[in-house]
Amino acid sequence: MYRALFPRDVFAELDRLQREMQEAFAFSPTIRGFGRGGFPALNVGATPQSVEIYAFAPGLDPAGVEVHLERGVLSLSGERKSTLAASNEKTIAHINERFVGRFRRVVSLPDDIDPNTVTANYRDGVLHVSVKRRESAQPRRISIQ
Amino acid sequence: MSEQTIATQETQTPQTEAALLPPVDVIEDSAGITLYADLPGVAKDQLNLRVEAETLTIEGQLSLTLPEGMQASHAEVSLPGYRRVFTLSRELDTEKVSAEFKQGVLTLRIPKTAQAQPRRIAINVA
Repeated sequence: MYRALFPRDVFAELDRLQREMQEAFAFSPTIRGFGRGGFPALNVGATPQSVEIYAFAPGLDPAGVEVHLERGVLSLSGERKSTLAASNEKTIAHINERFVGRFRRVVSLPDDIDPNTVTANYRDGVLHVSVKRRESAQPRRISIQ
Repeated sequence: MSEQTIATQETQTPQTEAALLPPVDVIEDSAGITLYADLPGVAKDQLNLRVEAETLTIEGQLSLTLPEGMQASHAEVSLPGYRRVFTLSRELDTEKVSAEFKQGVLTLRIPKTAQAQPRRIAINVA
């Protein structure tokens, strides 16, 4: 299931409602959700001045993460190394749920963003990308002469 | 009367609030168990590790700095925290658990007790 970017879509709302019901009654909701998403999980939000993207990607080397913005499409890609690499015949992996390997996620951004003002920082395993909106697109109060 | 007391007990337990289930890796070697858990967005002081009897509880609250007036339009991480509970076995030494938390990844090392560690037994030939 999938939470749409357009909250006014009736079917998406029904989907979301159903998913929230499932989450409310499930024994333990999973971080990867019900088949949607993948790694890293993304939260997207907006303020009148900017668009904020939070990628929940723990344990990465920030130098190895690629953040690209091209024609209004933001893509995040990189690779997460396995922690099982050091294992040998004497070690047993009882649970192996964490994501390993290459990842890539893409977010399409609104039209009014300014591609020159992207900032990205990595803290507590969360990659936060902030893209400013263009000055001309921001709401302005017009004073009466 | 008795039903009422049960109901109040239930509301007091923090277990009832919804939390995300963090993905983990658990690897065992001859000297102990290593657990890796993904808890992105949790600051070090918001992470809570507890060992009670033979139960290990990992809890963390998300602490993201959101800009003022932000409206979420898409949320895959939509709950305020993480929780996961494990039952430990008797041969693990819960007194000597060591933990490291780095960039959202928790590494827990639980050694086995000295008695439980494998020993090579020399065979005496008469």
